[in-house]
Amino acid sequence: MSLLAEKTPARTYAAHAKPWWQRTLMTRDAAIIALLVVVWTYASIVILNFSDPITVYFLVLDVTPILLIALPMTLIIITGEIDLSVASVVGLSSVLFGVLHREGVPMVAAMVLALLACAVAGAFNGVLVTRFGLPSLAVTIGTMALFRGIAVGALGTTAITDWPDAWGDLVQARIGDSQIPLMTVPLVALIVIFAVVLHFTPFGRGIFAAGLSKDAARFSGVNVDRTKLILFTLSGLVSGLAGIYFTLRYGSARGDNATGLELQVVAAVLLGGVSIFGGRGAIPGVIAGVVLIGTIGSALRLDGLSANIIQIITGVLLIAAVIAASVLGWTGRIVGTYRRQHSSDEPSSKQSPQRKRSE
Amino acid sequence: MTSKFRRAGSAVAIVAALGLALSACGGGSGSGDEGEGGGDTSSITFIPKNLGNPYFDASDKGGKNAAKEIGTKWAQVGPTESTPDSQVSFINTATQQRAGALVVSANDPTAIGDALEEARNAGTKVVTMDSDTEPQFRDVFVSQADAAGIAKSQVDLIAEQIGGKGEVAVLSAAANATNQNEWIKLMEEELAANHPDIKLVQTVYGDDDDQKSFDKTAGLLQSHPNLKGIISPTTVGIAAAARYLSDSQYKGKVALTGLGTPNQMREYIKDGTVKSFALWDPEQLGYLSAYAADALASGDIEGKEGDKFEAGDLGEYTVGADGVVVLGEPTVFDESNIDDFDF
Repeated sequence: MSLLAEKTPARTYAAHAKPWWQRTLMTRDAAIIALLVVVWTYASIVILNFSDPITVYFLVLDVTPILLIALPMTLIIITGEIDLSVASVVGLSSVLFGVLHREGVPMVAAMVLALLACAVAGAFNGVLVTRFGLPSLAVTIGTMALFRGIAVGALGTTAITDWPDAWGDLVQARIGDSQIPLMTVPLVALIVIFAVVLHFTPFGRGIFAAGLSKDAARFSGVNVDRTKLILFTLSGLVSGLAGIYFTLRYGSARGDNATGLELQVVAAVLLGGVSIFGGRGAIPGVIAGVVLIGTIGSALRLDGLSANIIQIITGVLLIAAVIAASVLGWTGRIVGTYRRQHSSDEPSSKQSPQRKRSE
Repeated sequence: MTSKFRRAGSAVAIVAALGLALSACGGGSGSGDEGEGGGDTSSITFIPKNLGNPYFDASDKGGKNAAKEIGTKWAQVGPTESTPDSQVSFINTATQQRAGALVVSANDPTAIGDALEEARNAGTKVVTMDSDTEPQFRDVFVSQADAAGIAKSQVDLIAEQIGGKGEVAVLSAAANATNQNEWIKLMEEELAANHPDIKLVQTVYGDDDDQKSFDKTAGLLQSHPNLKGIISPTTVGIAAAARYLSDSQYKGKVALTGLGTPNQMREYIKDGTVKSFALWDPEQLGYLSAYAADALASGDIEGKEGDKFEAGDLGEYTVGADGVVVLGEPTVFDESNIDDFDF
């Protein structure tokens, strides 16, 4: 008793919190990564040919655009905003890149110009959200139609398919004799950059603060509007990159490229444990979420299922996963409250009567 | 305090995620490309342009029947949208499965090329059916009919229905569809050569989407008040156009022909909206494609010009130049014979 009374308040708090290993292992991130491991192991055993090394190759190539866009999307959703125009920016990037290439602009220059235009498109979203205070959901639903309209309008329903083979080969190249796409290298680098920025820098803390409470963040010196403007611009830029990837991988610049991709990205981000209300989320969980969706699709296709059935199953799994995550968080909170109430009985028993009197 | 722990947790999770990725990849680098077992060399996978398309439902039925006769495994998978990128995942899956042969109707002549190359490197034979890729990406193309023959039969049908003169328009599928574009080009040449009084005023694209094709039909009739006829060389397009015409003031006044299935078009033939249209039998097309795929997979043919193979009830076929196998001439359907067909 006397020992407990001498403890500092912070240490008392630590004694009542969950042990460190529980805090690490019982996060949503850990849960989704565990789920990924389970699904992967199950598919490797049960589904013929899933354990084949080439599965990794196709899976990485397939999830690359979703993974790319999920990175800035995670940051945006953590600030409490959303960007639904990303897939349209992919189409815009593809068409711009295609048209510039057709007009004889060198490949690298065409790429840079397309990326710049996409960054401007992203900044346009950002300005509407921050300067004019419009809700990002409404803004980006609008620009989703706007950007897609420009993309499809510029090229009609035709496609530009005249691409130098070398570039397509580069996108699909493997590292040595392995089945690891060369694309993995820049992809991992980008993941690390985003993870470091979000989790280990003041800018990243500002993102969480903005999502938890805009006003509190502002009072503590975070420039919320600037943060959001940067994130929307980044989202446009990275979506543009995904558009270049799409164009080169399929050797086809089309205005309708990546139609519906924004929903897959948002689904993967939410599955990865990011709260749609802002303030919560982490890059590792998101990566696991993206890979999980890709794995499920790949496994179901290998099992001989058609796209419409795969869509239904993936949809049901997503809803189940999101519900499970909420239920877990919910029960965790109830258990936590229960533990706190009961474990705090003894040390606080001496003080509580006085407090009650003073109220 | 909490942020410190959150950071530590995140760091652990990042390491775990990377470790996972590496372990998954590590497994990959060990073994080579040649899979022993696992694959099934006697299986045939059909990948249509999209699902829920009655035309491909019929060709799949033919493919399934042929596979049953041959005694090989058969599967049909595919995307819901007729875009090349969604087809690529399914081609990749067939590569992973080391399917014996793949029968694909290409949504784009080049976009699925790399995926098909990957499949062939893994030992899968590739047959294109109905819509071709560039020749270097496949072993054999089973063509529904000679393109010139298809174009001529449709021009002849519309010419007959509108009395040899007036404005006509084309309602096509995707602007990038290989076969559609070739037919349209040949139709233009045929019109110029043999029907100088018929003018092709516009070509619109319904993207093999029923609603879009329906709307494009309405648009054509509004923007060209003197339109005499519409040619729709795609089964989705002609059915949507017929549906629009049958409910509008243009019924019986604007002629419609093209390529359609008897089951889709029966009511419009009966109610007088459409006089006649043409199509090869897609069931036979799927049937022939499955036989060609099996002949390739079992090593009976290589897909070279002059190779001969047996195709069950359809008899013997010979591979032509560029690896093309032609099914035969299209059939014309009208009130007199439409009830003889069910597909």
